[in-house]
Amino acid sequence: MLFTSYSFIGFIGIVFLLYYTLPRSWQWPLLLAASYVFYFIASPSYLIFIGATTVSAYVVSLRLDALKEEQDAYIKANKGTLTREEKKAYKASVKARQWKWLLLCLLFNLGILAVLKYTNFVIANFNGILSAFGSGGQISFVDLVLPMGISFYTFQTMGYIIDVYRGTSRAEKNLFRLALFVSFFPQLVQGPISRYHDLARSLYERHDFNTKTVSYGLYRILWGYFKKAVVADRILTAVNTIIQDPDTYQGGFVFVGMMFYALELYADFTGGIDITIGIAETMGITVTENFQRPYLSKNIKEYWNRWHITMGTWFTDYIFYPISVCKPMLRLSRFSRARFGDIIGKRVPVYLSSFAVWFTTGIWHGASWNFIVWGLMNFVVIMISQECEPLYQKFHNKFDVKENKWYGFIEIIRTIFLMSSLRMFDCYRDVPLTFRMFGNMFTHFRLRDLNAEAFLGLGLTGADYVLLFVCLILLVSVSLIQEKKGSVRDLIYAAPELCRYAVFFLLILAVVIFGAYGIGFDQSQFIYNQF
Amino acid sequence: MDALLEILTNLHPEVDFETCSTLVDDKIIDSFDIVTIISEINEEYDVVIPAEEIVPDNFNSAQALYQLIQRLEDE
Repeated sequence: MLFTSYSFIGFIGIVFLLYYTLPRSWQWPLLLAASYVFYFIASPSYLIFIGATTVSAYVVSLRLDALKEEQDAYIKANKGTLTREEKKAYKASVKARQWKWLLLCLLFNLGILAVLKYTNFVIANFNGILSAFGSGGQISFVDLVLPMGISFYTFQTMGYIIDVYRGTSRAEKNLFRLALFVSFFPQLVQGPISRYHDLARSLYERHDFNTKTVSYGLYRILWGYFKKAVVADRILTAVNTIIQDPDTYQGGFVFVGMMFYALELYADFTGGIDITIGIAETMGITVTENFQRPYLSKNIKEYWNRWHITMGTWFTDYIFYPISVCKPMLRLSRFSRARFGDIIGKRVPVYLSSFAVWFTTGIWHGASWNFIVWGLMNFVVIMISQECEPLYQKFHNKFDVKENKWYGFIEIIRTIFLMSSLRMFDCYRDVPLTFRMFGNMFTHFRLRDLNAEAFLGLGLTGADYVLLFVCLILLVSVSLIQEKKGSVRDLIYAAPELCRYAVFFLLILAVVIFGAYGIGFDQSQFIYNQF
Repeated sequence: MDALLEILTNLHPEVDFETCSTLVDDKIIDSFDIVTIISEINEEYDVVIPAEEIVPDNFNSAQALYQLIQRLEDE
C-alpha cells in the first residue's frame, strides 16, 4: 500500500475518522492496530520481524531499567557504609551487566537486518573473489524476505534501547505502547528515525479535534503529494532515460541527468516526509523534522545538518561519539600524539569515527558498492573541507565577502553541484561506470548537444518542462520564505478565509491535474522506501 | 578552568568562551570540535567524558563543561 495509492488514501481516511470519533483513550491503541494492519497488508510475514524487534527491545529495556533500579536501591541502602571506591566498583559491575544485555539486543536486531539485507551482497562479492582466482565454483544466492522499512524501524528501536542503557530514557513498561513507537505507520517506511523522548508524549496522549492542527496537517500532506506526484514522478522519466542509456546520453546530458536526479530525489524524499509529518499532525502527533531546506546549504557539513537530519543525528549520537570517545580510541589518540605529534594525534579519533560513520551510512542505504563508495566519497569531501578550514578562514579575513549575498549564492550553487555529483553513485549501475560518466561530463561536454530536440527525446513534452520550471520556482520560493520568514502555513493561516481555501483547493487541483500519472497510479514507489 | 579555556581558545580563537553560553545551540562548535575537546580534556585532566554526557547542556559553555569535568572527577 504505497502512499500514492487510492487504497492508502482510503486507509488514512478511515483511521482519521475513527481517531476522532472513538473515545480518546482508544486513540493510541487504534494507531497500533492501524499500523499492524498497514504492515499486514504489505506482507503478513513482515509482522514476525517487527514483532521480534519489538519484543526483544521490550524485554531488554525492562531488564536494563531493573538493573538501574537495583543499583540505586543498593546504593541508597548502603549509603553510610560504602566507600567511594566500593560505590564506583559496584556501579561499574552493574554497567557491565547492562552492557551485556544491550549487546545481546543489538546483535540480535542488527543481525536480523544484516542477514536479510546483506547476505546476497556478501555472496556476490565472495563469488567475485572466487572468479578472480579462477575457481569455477559459485555460491547460489538465497531468497530472503526484506521487510518494508526494516532499516528505519531497526535503527529507531536500537536508538531507544541505547537511550535506556544510557539512562536518558526510561523503559516503556507497556509492550503495546512500545509496539506503536516501533511501528507507527506513517513513518514506518521512510522515517524520520524518531527518538523515543521526542515522539512518545504526543503519540500516546489524547488529542481533541483541533481545526488549526488538522488544517496544517492537510496542507503539509497536499504539499508532499504535490512534490511527489507533480515534480518527482514527472522528472523521473527523463532521469531514467539518461541514466539507463549511458552510451547515448553523455557529456552535457550527464550533467542534466545529475541535476534532474537532484531535483527528483529532493521532491521525492521531502515530499514523502511531508506526507508522513502531515498525517501525524492531523492526529495531533509531532514527528521530528527531517529536512531544513538542504539545497540552501553553503557547505557540505551544513548540507548534512539539513538533509535527512534524523539519520545524521542518529549516526552522530550512536556511532560517531561512542567510537570517538571510547577508551581504546582515546588511548590510540594519546599514542598517536606521542608517536606522530599533536597534529596527527588530534585527528585520529575524528578521522576513524567519521570513516566508520560514512561507511555505515553508505551501506545502510543499500547493499551495493555504489552506496559504500558514495558514503566514503562524502567522508573524503568532508575531511578535505575540514582541512581547508584554515584556508577559508584566511580568505575570509582578507576578503570581506562572507556577508555578501552573491558570494553566499555561489557557495550554495557550489554545494548543490558537489552533492549532486556525489549522488551520481545512486544513478549508474556500478562504481567504475559512475566515475567514467563523471569524467565524461567534462570531456564530452558540447553545448550544441543540449538542444530542444534532444531534451524532448528524454520522454518529457515541452509542457512538462514548462511545468517543471514553474514548480522549481515555486519550490525555491517556498524554501526562501521558510528560511527568511518561517512557516508558510502560518502566513496562509493568517490570510483571509477565502485565500486559505483557495490555496487548499489549488493544491488539490495541482496534484489531480498535474500529477504525472495521478494519485492511484503506482508508477514509482518512494526512493527511500527501498532503504 | 584556565587549562580548559586554553583548550577551547586554541580551537576557536575568535570566540569569547568566558561569556558564550550557546556554543552548541548556535553551532559555534560542531561534532568534530566536541571530539577534539574531549580528547584534549582526557590529556589534560585524565577524565573520560562518555558518549551519554555529550548533550548540549554540557557543552554550551566553558562553565558547564568545567562542571561536567569536576563531576566526573568526583565520581
